[in-house]
Amino acid sequence: MEPRIGLSQIIEPSGVLPDGDVGCGTCPSKSLRRFVLCTTFCKLHALDRARSVARRLCQAVQSGADGLESTITWMTGCSVAKRPDNERIVITGVGLTSPLGDTPSEFRRNLLNGTPGITSIETRFMGEVPAGVCRFDERKHQSGKDRRRGTRAGSIAIFCACEAFADAGINVEQVDRSRIGVYVGVTEHGTVETENEIAAIREFDYDTKCWSHHHNPRTVANNPAGEVTINLGITGPHYTLGAACAAGNAGLIQAAQMLQLGEVDIALGGGVSESIHSFGIFASFASENALAHHEDPAKASRPFDTGRCGIVVSEGGCLYVLERLSDARARGARILCEVIGHAMNSDAADPVVPLPERLAQCMELALARASIGPGDVDIVNTHATGTVLGDIQEAQAVRQLFSDQPGVWVNNTKSFIGHAMGAAGALELVGNLAALEDGYVHATINVDELDPRCAMDNLVLNEPRKVARVDTILNNSFGMLGINSVLIVRRFTG
Amino acid sequence: MTKENIRKAILDIIAVVAPDEDLSNIDGGVRLRDQLDMDSMDFLDIVMELRKRYKIEVPKEDYPLLATLDGCLEYLTPKLVAVVV
Repeated sequence: MEPRIGLSQIIEPSGVLPDGDVGCGTCPSKSLRRFVLCTTFCKLHALDRARSVARRLCQAVQSGADGLESTITWMTGCSVAKRPDNERIVITGVGLTSPLGDTPSEFRRNLLNGTPGITSIETRFMGEVPAGVCRFDERKHQSGKDRRRGTRAGSIAIFCACEAFADAGINVEQVDRSRIGVYVGVTEHGTVETENEIAAIREFDYDTKCWSHHHNPRTVANNPAGEVTINLGITGPHYTLGAACAAGNAGLIQAAQMLQLGEVDIALGGGVSESIHSFGIFASFASENALAHHEDPAKASRPFDTGRCGIVVSEGGCLYVLERLSDARARGARILCEVIGHAMNSDAADPVVPLPERLAQCMELALARASIGPGDVDIVNTHATGTVLGDIQEAQAVRQLFSDQPGVWVNNTKSFIGHAMGAAGALELVGNLAALEDGYVHATINVDELDPRCAMDNLVLNEPRKVARVDTILNNSFGMLGINSVLIVRRFTG
Repeated sequence: MTKENIRKAILDIIAVVAPDEDLSNIDGGVRLRDQLDMDSMDFLDIVMELRKRYKIEVPKEDYPLLATLDGCLEYLTPKLVAVVV
């Protein structure tokens, strides 16, 4: 049973900081230092949460007695209790391919340098469109025959999976592969392969005898995840999560949940997208007046700018290795971060227009599950895609939660790489993960004139921002049919 | 097509179906599946390529006749000899 604590135990009344106490680190006045956590509290509870708790106390005191009382109530609940290691989920490896590189360091370097990753491609029936293109070596982890028989999405997933295991220091041949799960988020799957087959049989007067026998295994919805299991001999569960543009986070969330349920010991989670090889997605966005265009493709993706005109479709993939902390510790793994909170919900409103109140509720739920408040977040990575209305709706939700939080910085990764659809949430997280180490918040580029309807406090525009410290990242990913996902990760401190 | 062109046409198809294989020392009398990393789906690819490239239909009952390179040559030569390259 977790020990209960009271006010006298968590506030050091003398204002003196005994050894072992932890301050919030953000108080503007030294007089507020009395609201540090006392040694007793830190010993009773997780030290890594102490700074978050101290911050929240300080904010509560500044807002008056009611705020303090509710915060004490919150603190005395089980929410701040340290969970056992076998219930804590950590990320120990990541593999990716993106329009800005195929390693976390290359991707990060381009983000901090302000290098856009959008180019122009020729699309069936539509001519040139701006798009994000991946250039990873398909043959690095896959035979030519398997590539020929499979899909681009499968190839992306295989590349990301192999790179993620290598990054995690896991040789899959030396672990129980029946205890590995593969959970890959996808926005859509099968349209590319179907369009290709229709184009192929058109050359044969639509003779369906020329329709490939590979079409079914290529288009089953589990294809990208299944190709990973075949490539690596993984016999544990695999499936994709169809979650529109919330899919990258959904894959990660599923992976964390399956570990917590004990279904698997190692989980691959994230998302992939091959969408740029389908003309249909471009054509449909164009018909919705939501396909971005610009004479310079590098400037086509411009969330929050007054001149934004829609989405730039990109391909990409990002898969993470997740483990229970107890397992990661046992093998001496390097821990990139801890997954401390997540949430998914549904707008139950419009097929394409997001609902601000539901987006805010999703973020609130993730924060509550992480046992932190809005002020404990250091970076909010927005989902904003560059559509006129969608960006406004998300900005409204972010303002609702994060206004007047001086230590919370807001950015957007799609301004660099476009919308990588099923991979978006997972890729955008890795684009920000290095902030835990380098202390930079990467910018939102291509904002020549900020749309006042998209204004948010501490929105980092056009130049990266060096901040005192980044411990916690909140990652938004939302999708059509009103599917919302939020993931919160934190620096691992033990 | 000459006999040499027919052999090349068949090997070109196999090269597409099995792109990782070295076909320079293929034994004409040994089943393709016993000397190359090929399975039934790959064999269907060969049938599909014959259909697409040369409008040749191989009935299912004739599939065994294409098991070896020599068998392919024997079966396909009458069908390909009239093809102009």
